[in-house]
Amino acid sequence: MYAPGTESLIKQAREIQEEELQKFYGRVLKQLQSSKDAGGELVDSLQRLHLIVSATKYARTLPPELSKKLQALLRSPSSPEQFHALSSAILRESLPLSAQSLSIEFNQDSRALSYLASVVLSQAGRKEDLLPLCQHLLRSLESRQPEIQPPKHTLPILSKMFTFSSLLLSEDQVNLVSRKLADWLRYASVHQGASISSGGFFTSPRTRQPALMTEVDGAVAGDFFTVLCVGQNYTDDQWMNMYTFSMVKSWLLTYNTEGSSNVDSAQLKRTQVIQTPYQDDRSEMDSSVMSMVSATSSSSRLLPPKERLREKAFEYCHRLIEQSDRKALKRADAELQKACMVEAVSVMDIICSEDASYVYRAFPCIKALHGRLSTDLAFARALLPVAQFYLNHSETAAVDSEAIFCQLFSRFPAELFNEPMLAFEFVHFCLHNVSVLQEKVAVYRRSFPNLLKFLAWNGPGLISEFMELLPSLLAPDTALELLHTLLDLPCLAATLDLQHRSACYQVQNWDVWDQQGAKMAVSLEAFRQPTYRGLFLYILRPEAGTGDTIDRLSMLHEALEGMVESPRVVHCAQIVPVLLHVYFNTVTQLADERLINQLLQVLVERSSLLYNIKSFSIEVQRVFSMHLQTLCKLHPPLIVDQYKELLEFASTTTNIYSKEDFYTHLVWVIGEYLSLSYNPCCTVELITSFFEGLEAVLFEITQVRQSASPPRYTPRLLTVLMTALAKLASRSQDLIPRASLFLSKIHSFAHSGPVEICFSEDDTEEIITCAQELNNLLKLPNVAQFVLTPAAQADGPRWHRDTNTALPHRMRAISSLLQNHSSFLPA
Amino acid sequence: MVLCFLIHTVCPVGVLSAGESRILYSRIFGQEEPVLSGEGRELTPEQRRLAQKERHNVVARQVRSAVCLSREASGSVCAEAVLGEETVALGEADSGVLSLGPGEPFARQSVALWLGVQALAFTLVCQPYENLLLAEGTLHKLARYCLEELRLLGLGSEVLLKSDRVDALLQRLLPHGQLLFLNHRFAQNMDKELSSYMSK
Repeated sequence: MYAPGTESLIKQAREIQEEELQKFYGRVLKQLQSSKDAGGELVDSLQRLHLIVSATKYARTLPPELSKKLQALLRSPSSPEQFHALSSAILRESLPLSAQSLSIEFNQDSRALSYLASVVLSQAGRKEDLLPLCQHLLRSLESRQPEIQPPKHTLPILSKMFTFSSLLLSEDQVNLVSRKLADWLRYASVHQGASISSGGFFTSPRTRQPALMTEVDGAVAGDFFTVLCVGQNYTDDQWMNMYTFSMVKSWLLTYNTEGSSNVDSAQLKRTQVIQTPYQDDRSEMDSSVMSMVSATSSSSRLLPPKERLREKAFEYCHRLIEQSDRKALKRADAELQKACMVEAVSVMDIICSEDASYVYRAFPCIKALHGRLSTDLAFARALLPVAQFYLNHSETAAVDSEAIFCQLFSRFPAELFNEPMLAFEFVHFCLHNVSVLQEKVAVYRRSFPNLLKFLAWNGPGLISEFMELLPSLLAPDTALELLHTLLDLPCLAATLDLQHRSACYQVQNWDVWDQQGAKMAVSLEAFRQPTYRGLFLYILRPEAGTGDTIDRLSMLHEALEGMVESPRVVHCAQIVPVLLHVYFNTVTQLADERLINQLLQVLVERSSLLYNIKSFSIEVQRVFSMHLQTLCKLHPPLIVDQYKELLEFASTTTNIYSKEDFYTHLVWVIGEYLSLSYNPCCTVELITSFFEGLEAVLFEITQVRQSASPPRYTPRLLTVLMTALAKLASRSQDLIPRASLFLSKIHSFAHSGPVEICFSEDDTEEIITCAQELNNLLKLPNVAQFVLTPAAQADGPRWHRDTNTALPHRMRAISSLLQNHSSFLPA
Repeated sequence: MVLCFLIHTVCPVGVLSAGESRILYSRIFGQEEPVLSGEGRELTPEQRRLAQKERHNVVARQVRSAVCLSREASGSVCAEAVLGEETVALGEADSGVLSLGPGEPFARQSVALWLGVQALAFTLVCQPYENLLLAEGTLHKLARYCLEELRLLGLGSEVLLKSDRVDALLQRLLPHGQLLFLNHRFAQNMDKELSSYMSK
């Protein structure tokens, strides 16, 4: 598909020599000057010129003469469209800027003007550069003769302009455009445009009444014209109607807010609405001269332009919603109906936000739409704006909105998790409304198991959204369950994958999926077995609250063994650590003592209970390690409260080999926080039992035997263990001799054969120094306690600034004691 | 409003480093808002153009990686379609959307909608409040036209040399970045105009 030829063309265009380029410019210029009847040769040259100026990211400057000629070509109303397109593209891509010289006098031809406008729009550096074009467009709108329609492309250009800067239009101009938009929206002809071939040999064109527009299902149009009306040909005002509806949302978003209109007029409008809700409609339907009668209908004429536009846009959207119930004959129209529903509901939403009196008129229609859409998941995306409408206005209208949110949060994620567009829109809907959902929609927080299905399936594409969303899903009562759910996210991905496959493929086709087919087939078999049913149902549960986790998690992991290499599962496993960081950073802000205790239990338990994906455990344990320290720092008595679990974990040597990082951190927090200064309940017995546990482990891993295998842990683990031991000993002086004895043995261990092979010289040196220093410290128990168990406030700045308390200051004193006056030391 | 439309590669290209994408067609609809409101006014036109091209490259790269991830996850192996099989190729196309945060690379938050057809991707970058259903339909239409009129499934280089066809296409289906609500009859009317343009 992408051919080497294309690549070499780009290369040629980029590397063209200056001399050759100038020659080429000259040739194009000559062709432009000479050809009255410009032909294929010129087209070819212009196409090449465009490639040359656009292929590089550095701008090329055209000779002024050539630039002028191209501008002339762009302005000339008689030249074919291809020349307009090409000259416009070349001028857009090259220098010198031509926007200013193009803005002097404008063409009346709609198409040429549009190509010219694209140059002006792309080169404008300041708002002022757009003004001449803007004024020209507005003048063309102002034309008093109703039969002369302004150029077709006026509205898109205008629309682009005001999205740049709403200040481009003055208040009067905004009113002018609003008035025009309202007319085009509401009063386009309902008759078909005259066909070019109308009036055959036998029928004179004059006698034929133009046919009425039809609806998308083929019925004759029952009301005013909208984009969902179908006819052979469209009149100019019908085209304008289409352009108007396409831009009306961004217009309302930009200029809807009340600037000038006063309270009286709003009041006036409201009474009219109550008295004659659809007067315009009726008068129009009864009349055969549609647009003129409606255009002069008094009721809406009284309204200020912005409010009148609001009224007309509202009626238009109302009609569109009704029209979208019709069964479209063409597939394209059925798609358009959906897009129209989305647009109509969001326009109504904007209008209601500006003027609450519309809420009462809108709700019957929105409710009916909801009723229609809610049964069919094919309309899921159209239901999101409806939900937004409920969220914004149901309180004003005292309408119950629970049903719609229950449906939204229960069915959509569970059944439509594999639709990336819906997933994106759904998650952004949540993000957009996060505070309201948190406050007012109870089902939102409970639904996190469901919402996470979007993430599990779509993986990295939604990670940044979920990082933002996650804190809002966290509540104290479900915090633990959320943590388990995050850890099980790859399992969820695997299960969704299985569910999807089992629905899509027949049993006999298993082996044709891909190379991994056979392995997956085993998992799929498990997925269908009743033994595992409960496990999978738990993983796929829609709501939180059925329990934090399940007992037989390892069984589930085994059942899903065949899926560990599935790309979706691997992608999912990669994003879990990121989410865990967000989780812990949030949870530590709201956690109380009880929750922190529970979290620590989960960390210890889950550090060895993870889905066996390559490097997943290591990454997760790294996150655990980091936040273990935070938890302990936040609530130091934790170590005493949870001593049973911690002691068991720390005394199990095999933990070193499966999760060294987490183990090291755990040992560190034990050494740091198992102290009377952090917890008054910390007893000597407790310190002794931890000491003995660690001592046993250290003893086991530092045995010097010829037959012993070289150490399978890092030197860091060793030093952390030694330090922890020394710290504990300093807090219970009976233990000091045992610690000292042990530390003195380290020297011979470090110099034993297998260790020297495994650790570098520097590492060995480091281990020996550490042992020696600790040993020296322990010889002065009071000093040891001071250094190894600093007061809890040691983190405070005062400890480091005040010379009387400053830790470095004291450390220096101690080290000089230890090093220079070693004779002070007891023998 | 749509900010820009790109056609770019999602396959490895010889001279480019891995993960890079070659942009074959790019169209930006007007300047970005901050340029007009004064920010970045100190930039010269050359610098502004360069920044614009770099922004396109960022989008293309991100889309490329999204397409690859999505293809990898779904495990789909698409059969090579050849000229004339545009409908098949479109039927098998992957599509998706990604959110571009403020400054990444556009000043305001925006949304990139993509459609991956074999070795190429078609990308629309729009404002976040845009009607994505409509944008998706428009992108699909644009891709179909481009595949057919530029013979993208073939081995030629029409996409570079006949880019004015894309301009003419955008002029109608997406004038100045405005998404349009076109029913099948409006679309047919535009079809007629377009085919007379293309036949020249």
